[in-house]
Amino acid sequence: MGSKILNGLVYLSTILTFGALGFLVLYILFNGVQYLTPSLFEWTYTTQNVSMMPALITTLYVVLGTLFIATPIGVFTGFYLVDYANRDNKIVKAISMATDTLAGIPSIIYGLFGMLFFVIFLGLQFSLLAGILTVTIMTLPVIIRATEEALIATGMPIRQASYALGAGKLRTLFKVVLPMAMPGILSGVILATGKVIGETAALMFTLGTATLLPQSLLASGRTLSLHMFILSGEGHNVNEAYATAVVLLLFVLVINGLSTFISKRLSKGGK
Amino acid sequence: MVTQPKIKVEDLKLWYGDFRALHGVDLDINENEVTAFIGPSGCGKSTFIKTLNRMNDLIPYARVEGKVELDGQDIYSKKMDLNNLRKKVGMVFQQPNPFPKSIYDNIAYGPRTHGVKKKSELDEIVERSLRQAAIWDEVKDHLDRNALSISGGQQQRICIARALAVEPEVLLMDEPTSALDPISTAKIEELVSELKQEYTIVMVTHNMQQASRISDRTAFFLNGHIIETDQTRKIFTNPNQEETENYISGRFG
Amino acid sequence: MNDLKEKVAHGVFLLAAITSILSLVVIVIFIFTNGLPMMIDYGVFDFLLGTTWNRTTFGILPMIVGSIVVTIGAVLIGVPVGIFTAIFMAEFCPPSVYRFLKPAVNLMAGIPSILYGFFALRIIVPWVRDTFGGPGNSMLAAILLLGIMILPTIISLSESAIRSVPRSYYSGSIALGASKERSIFAVLVPAAKSGIFSSVVLGVGRAIGETMAVVMVAGNQPIMPRGLTQGVRTLTTNIVMEMAYASGQHRDALVATGVVLFVFVMLINGIFLYIKNKEAK
Ligand SMILES: Nc1ncnc2c1ncn2[C@@H]1O[C@H](COP(=O)(O)OP(=O)(O)OP(=O)(O)O)[C@@H](O)[C@H]1O
Ligand SMILES: [Mg+2]
Repeated sequence: MGSKILNGLVYLSTILTFGALGFLVLYILFNGVQYLTPSLFEWTYTTQNVSMMPALITTLYVVLGTLFIATPIGVFTGFYLVDYANRDNKIVKAISMATDTLAGIPSIIYGLFGMLFFVIFLGLQFSLLAGILTVTIMTLPVIIRATEEALIATGMPIRQASYALGAGKLRTLFKVVLPMAMPGILSGVILATGKVIGETAALMFTLGTATLLPQSLLASGRTLSLHMFILSGEGHNVNEAYATAVVLLLFVLVINGLSTFISKRLSKGGK
Repeated sequence: MVTQPKIKVEDLKLWYGDFRALHGVDLDINENEVTAFIGPSGCGKSTFIKTLNRMNDLIPYARVEGKVELDGQDIYSKKMDLNNLRKKVGMVFQQPNPFPKSIYDNIAYGPRTHGVKKKSELDEIVERSLRQAAIWDEVKDHLDRNALSISGGQQQRICIARALAVEPEVLLMDEPTSALDPISTAKIEELVSELKQEYTIVMVTHNMQQASRISDRTAFFLNGHIIETDQTRKIFTNPNQEETENYISGRFG
Repeated sequence: MNDLKEKVAHGVFLLAAITSILSLVVIVIFIFTNGLPMMIDYGVFDFLLGTTWNRTTFGILPMIVGSIVVTIGAVLIGVPVGIFTAIFMAEFCPPSVYRFLKPAVNLMAGIPSILYGFFALRIIVPWVRDTFGGPGNSMLAAILLLGIMILPTIISLSESAIRSVPRSYYSGSIALGASKERSIFAVLVPAAKSGIFSSVVLGVGRAIGETMAVVMVAGNQPIMPRGLTQGVRTLTTNIVMEMAYASGQHRDALVATGVVLFVFVMLINGIFLYIKNKEAK
């Protein structure tokens, strides 16, 4: 093939890729911003105001609940894999395999599982708790991998320095290694947050789609993404769907900006 | 009275998996002396020096047999408190490896590890250690600066000060100057000669002049064996073994 | 005392680490024990090869075919565009541009399905309707949508595969007088092929598993696909369309659909891990 054609294809593809992204972002912003009315942010949802406020707060609940469980488990798993287990250990291999596999399972399967296990088998009904537990499993691989990479990147010499001073494993890990690995772990947590905010299929049959703000862990609710899915399916709330899309997009932009910022700092080696 | 050696090693063997890196090493290390290890690359000097404070425990597939006694106590016995052992037997590495913390926190890390909490006490230890490592004057005005922001030679002296801050009895140094410029090297050599008044020092070096300048005794390693141990002067002028002779005269290694 | 603390910590970390394995095991058990009995009851062949799906008859061949066709379509579009873009990012673009493109690709990966779906519903569906006729909600709309959605996966992995080829290959080729393009396409890309291939496998996994975006644009008729401009239902959308009101055997049939999807995804993951491990050696 001629160099010219290949060259052309490279540029064309690049334009298509980033054109599509730019188009999507601008299209949503341009069409949605005008519909961002105060009534969309009233405290309670009615079919008249189609407020997204309960969904916004529910999203916050789900994110916090998920991070509250997934962060310690994920980070501790990273600790175990990097600093506690022998690398050639069978358990380590099994955990790595399981983590990779979990990362590849589609949301809808998590949704099915969450419904069968948390909602029906454990009797949690459609609830915040069922939703949170389901997406917790989904986000684990993200946090585990980020922690693992961050811990490995700190390197052996720094650990040796601490051990050679008579510090134990735990002290070395928490006082020396963890502060160094923090930005990497944090960017994993942020990535996980983005994943939770954008999730729909796994929450639909676990968190449910109630329009009210859930009053307890065992009450149903809907996150912003779910809210938007339902609005766009209903057909007569298109404007509100656009507005909700804008808010969702802003979240995504902020989250991506944050994680880019942190990883930039990381690659500069911190302070 | 015959003085007891500070460290007594008997028939020490070490395997990395199936690979045998040390084949029955015997050695006495005397108090308040500098003992130098020399030998060609890969002969087991680093491996051996790490057995003296059990840093080799960090390598899961490394296995040790034999005996290492510190003041008559077997450091490989079950009763040995590993953290306490490493407090007594400190270590300085080839590459300076300060923590990415302030100079002050680097030095205070060890004492804090072993329970010193009082600020005044820590201040005192930090100053004393930095003075001992001959770097106090250079850093006393910016103890809160990140230890990674100073020069490599200074970093290595920070690492020495950090090791001294836990008041060790023995200081192990694995090629502490090989990553440094000649001026920093000279400073550290001078420092080592001073420190031996108070500490027992074991040092691996590739630099023959360095070994002959600052050490009292020298052990020559080859293929996981100690071929010869003697007064440094003797080793460098009139060694007993032909391999030693060949090595120091630069015929191999 | 200190020893005890270390032991407790070790135990806690191990326990946390087991969570992943445990979760996976429970997921597999629950999906399979809820789906397999129905399949066996109904007849595995009737279920997998049946072409009719309604409240009482559960043949999922249309959805299997739908998933495969839509995925192949998405790959045909997303893979070349993604690889060429990756080549641009790795070899053509100056650092000043790269600074913006890299976060843009990450952003693309971070945009939720629902936004892609909404965008496709508003832009792609009407365009298909106006250009090719038909209802708009169609296989073609789903293919275009998924083609875009798998781009970030393909680009990131292909780019790092290309970057990890030793620089000497490239300069060697240049030194022989080959043009820049020739050196890239005849030397760098072939050398990165296993990494690029694994990006494709991962993209396939993403396309076949995508649900919410697809359900918004695909039409979702549970019948054998009849053409690009006609509606299509995939395995994922089959579940999400009907789960809300299904009960009894109908619900089990949806879980069984999940089992089939799961097996597909496992196969794809298996291939991916196999390539990854082979590369590591
Ligand atoms: N962690 C390890 N795992 C496996 N083999 C090792 C390990 N560390 C060292 N070895 C091997 O043990 C032998 C002795 O290595 P060691 O590092 O002790 O040599 P050395 O005398 O310090 O060499 P150098 O002068 O290059 O530092 C070498 O053959 C080396 O390859
Ligand atoms: Mg060495």
